[in-house]
Amino acid sequence: MIGIVDYRAGNLTSVARALSYLGKSCKISDDPEILSQASHIIFPGVGAAGEAMANLRQTNMDKWIMEWVKQGKPVLGICLGTQVIFEYSEENETKCLGIIPGVVKRFSRDLQEDCMPLKIPHMGWNNVAFQKDHPVFRGISDEAQFYFVHSYYPAPADERLVIGWTDYGMLFCAAIARENLVAVQFHPEKSGQPGLQILANFCRWGGQDAE
Amino acid sequence: MLSKRIIPCLDVRDGKLTKGIKFKGNIDIGDPVEAAREYYEQGADEIVFYDITASSDGRDIMIDVVRRVAETIFIPFSVGGGIRSVEDMRRVILAGAEKISINSEAVKNPPLIAEGAKAFGSQCVVLGMDVKKVEPGEKCPSGYEIVIHGGRVYTGIDALWWAKEAEKLGAGEICLNSIDADGTQQGYELELTHLISTNVNIPVIASGGAGKPEHLVDVLTYGKADAALIASMVHYRYYTISEIKSYLQGHGVKARMTW
Repeated sequence: MIGIVDYRAGNLTSVARALSYLGKSCKISDDPEILSQASHIIFPGVGAAGEAMANLRQTNMDKWIMEWVKQGKPVLGICLGTQVIFEYSEENETKCLGIIPGVVKRFSRDLQEDCMPLKIPHMGWNNVAFQKDHPVFRGISDEAQFYFVHSYYPAPADERLVIGWTDYGMLFCAAIARENLVAVQFHPEKSGQPGLQILANFCRWGGQDAE
Repeated sequence: MLSKRIIPCLDVRDGKLTKGIKFKGNIDIGDPVEAAREYYEQGADEIVFYDITASSDGRDIMIDVVRRVAETIFIPFSVGGGIRSVEDMRRVILAGAEKISINSEAVKNPPLIAEGAKAFGSQCVVLGMDVKKVEPGEKCPSGYEIVIHGGRVYTGIDALWWAKEAEKLGAGEICLNSIDADGTQQGYELELTHLISTNVNIPVIASGGAGKPEHLVDVLTYGKADAALIASMVHYRYYTISEIKSYLQGHGVKARMTW
């Protein structure tokens, strides 16, 4: 069973629908006892960092997630779920989980492309340049694009952890991988076939960095 | 860099597809879920549903349509038409839509934009604007006026002012429909699209007038639109979405070519 962490951060049913389509059973829950029965955990989320962290603390899910990551079982962060894995977010000046060293920054208003100011949020389809082979991103074409919608982006302290870069007037980290943890800024559940491929790969993944 | 999005628009009434030409003489073209699947497979980047159902029974049918669409396609889609409250938005979003769009209702009740943005985030709230060209004057200095109720009622509101105001209130995107161009298949209203898109910092979807792939190139380059809405040109099978995208790509417009 795939556990989807519910921390009142947006509508989590789209991830569940994508998993059902792939024939995977899943549970959306905020109960550590139920989630502890899962083989894999997805940590999704849409919304603001401040409220998300407040909800995580209130339900003690913050400690549970950190413990789960330490146990070495596979974890996939999506969008806001990815951002709160870092130490700090400029959004609502929020102290986050600190599982990965680094901060989450707001896109600058000065970003430009062809002398035109870029709009914020970064919303729509963009490429991800994957840096190395990883079981979760296997079988993804270089031409594949993914659906993004965000105004903040993760900036890990150790750039060697970045597994995918995206260009939006600047290069930012769109995917990160460390041991049993994979986290993406885009929405695989809304990115058509390549996104479904990533979810399917994740559900098969044992949590090892390289296979 | 982002791809320009190609978005087919499906009009739905009582759970069945229609296609309005200048908002009159709608023709039934079938099941919205099947149409969504077809366009998803053709490479649509997003899908817009516009529900023109009047009755409350019809609304429940639409929620069921949204639910079935969400189980079938894995790209974002939005639903507009008949959304009057945060509660209406919640039903549609929980049924699986990414975004809701509000048009006449936002004009009559602007705080609805802010309430929706607060409840679900700006990225969920699309402002639909129906616009007609008018003589520039004191009332509408930009020369574009907001009309509501499918283009029948003039509001006296300047389109440029309203676009900026909606952005301030928290709209995450604007779907800009030219009533003059709508249904003509003679091309988008480029001046209007350029004016709005270069004066707000949220994405603008151009709507109304698409008949040929070159119309999309024009509105996505000169018009500075972030996305283009299409209807008849794909509904009547004159073109497939993948053909349109190949054409864009061949004319220097970045499109998503793998799906």
